[in-house]
Amino acid sequence: MKSVLDHLQSLGQKGTGVFERLGRANILFARILAGVPGLFLRPNLVIQQVYSVGVLSLLIILVSGLFVGMVLGLQGYNTLVDFGAEESLGVVVALSLVRELGPVVTALLFAGRAGSALTAEIGLMKATEQLSAMEMMAIDPIRRVLTPRFLAGFISMPLLAAIFSAVGIMGGYFVGVGLLGVDDGAYWSQMQDKVDLYDDIYNGVIKSIVFGIIVTWIAVFEGYDATPTSEGVSRATTRTVVHSSLAVLAMDFILTALMFGGG
Amino acid sequence: MTTRLTEIWVGIFIAAGLAALFVLAMKVSNLSTYNRDGGYEVTARFEDISGLKVRSPVTMAGVRIGRVTNIGFDKNTFEAVVTMRVEARYNTLPKDSSASIYTAGLLGEKYVSLAPGGDEQSLHQGDRIKLTQDSMVLEKLIGQFVSRFMNSSSEKSSSK
Repeated sequence: MKSVLDHLQSLGQKGTGVFERLGRANILFARILAGVPGLFLRPNLVIQQVYSVGVLSLLIILVSGLFVGMVLGLQGYNTLVDFGAEESLGVVVALSLVRELGPVVTALLFAGRAGSALTAEIGLMKATEQLSAMEMMAIDPIRRVLTPRFLAGFISMPLLAAIFSAVGIMGGYFVGVGLLGVDDGAYWSQMQDKVDLYDDIYNGVIKSIVFGIIVTWIAVFEGYDATPTSEGVSRATTRTVVHSSLAVLAMDFILTALMFGGG
Repeated sequence: MTTRLTEIWVGIFIAAGLAALFVLAMKVSNLSTYNRDGGYEVTARFEDISGLKVRSPVTMAGVRIGRVTNIGFDKNTFEAVVTMRVEARYNTLPKDSSASIYTAGLLGEKYVSLAPGGDEQSLHQGDRIKLTQDSMVLEKLIGQFVSRFMNSSSEKSSSK
């Protein structure tokens, strides 16, 4: 009888634990946002972080964008040529990149490349008591450390996603037009005909902004909330990648349903 | 010096990102071929527009001269009211031009094709195109074909 109650208690403990973390994450989010106006006085902090979050992610984004575009070109061509519709290759490549793959793959890569680094950095700062030291000096570590990183992710993600899509379309162009002989003019003109600035490109940008917020928020929170031990930091880093990838995919479904589902 | 280098790299990054967005907007999307404001609107009534959508092309002689901007339904006459915007530079279309709904390819998208009439006056903002031809519905055609085929075969069998 007692053991059943024990199990119930541990279940309840886990449940409240989840909500506690959610609550802490939301409070942290509010405090991060509260620090944003102050950063206009010290833009250098953000620029530093845009460098480490955005610029250093450029390589992986460029290379994977190019290859994703090239694969899309190859696969799309093989399917379309059966219907004699290989001229639509540009549309297929552009729409799948701009609407889905650009924001989503960029966000997944971004979580792996930049999100994990953010968590590890902040977690280590906490483990080595640098954050406490800042508090001792009356510097708010959230404003000084977390907000610039969050803002940098918020700025970098849409730019990275746009670069990913543009490079991917070029990759599709190289394969489709260069290797497989799709007509050059048809590739671009069909694309321009079918891709809409508002429906497709703006929505893609909105998606990437949302993903940027989610990924950096999770990364920053996990770092700040990590158990200050080496094991805790490693766990937090893993959690960042897993949770933000899952959150991005789930959010992508919701956003897609909202943007393209209703017709 | 390192700050300077960082800032240069960030500058390059942001410029590249904005350039990519610009390329997406100009080269990939239809922004370059589409302007919201210019042009004039004409309407046409059809009994069946099946498959025509807002933003479908409006063509004359195969050249795109505008787009469908609105599709409504007249509840009194049970007709579809299609509003299309024709670009301002094509302002010499005769008033008695006719509009038909065609399909690009056998199964492709529907579009409105305008055929010029002989009137001296030209179409203006708010005019209505009176001569219209409905969209061809493949199912109807097949249905007609099948029923005709059935009739002829039954006639043959009855005559025997």
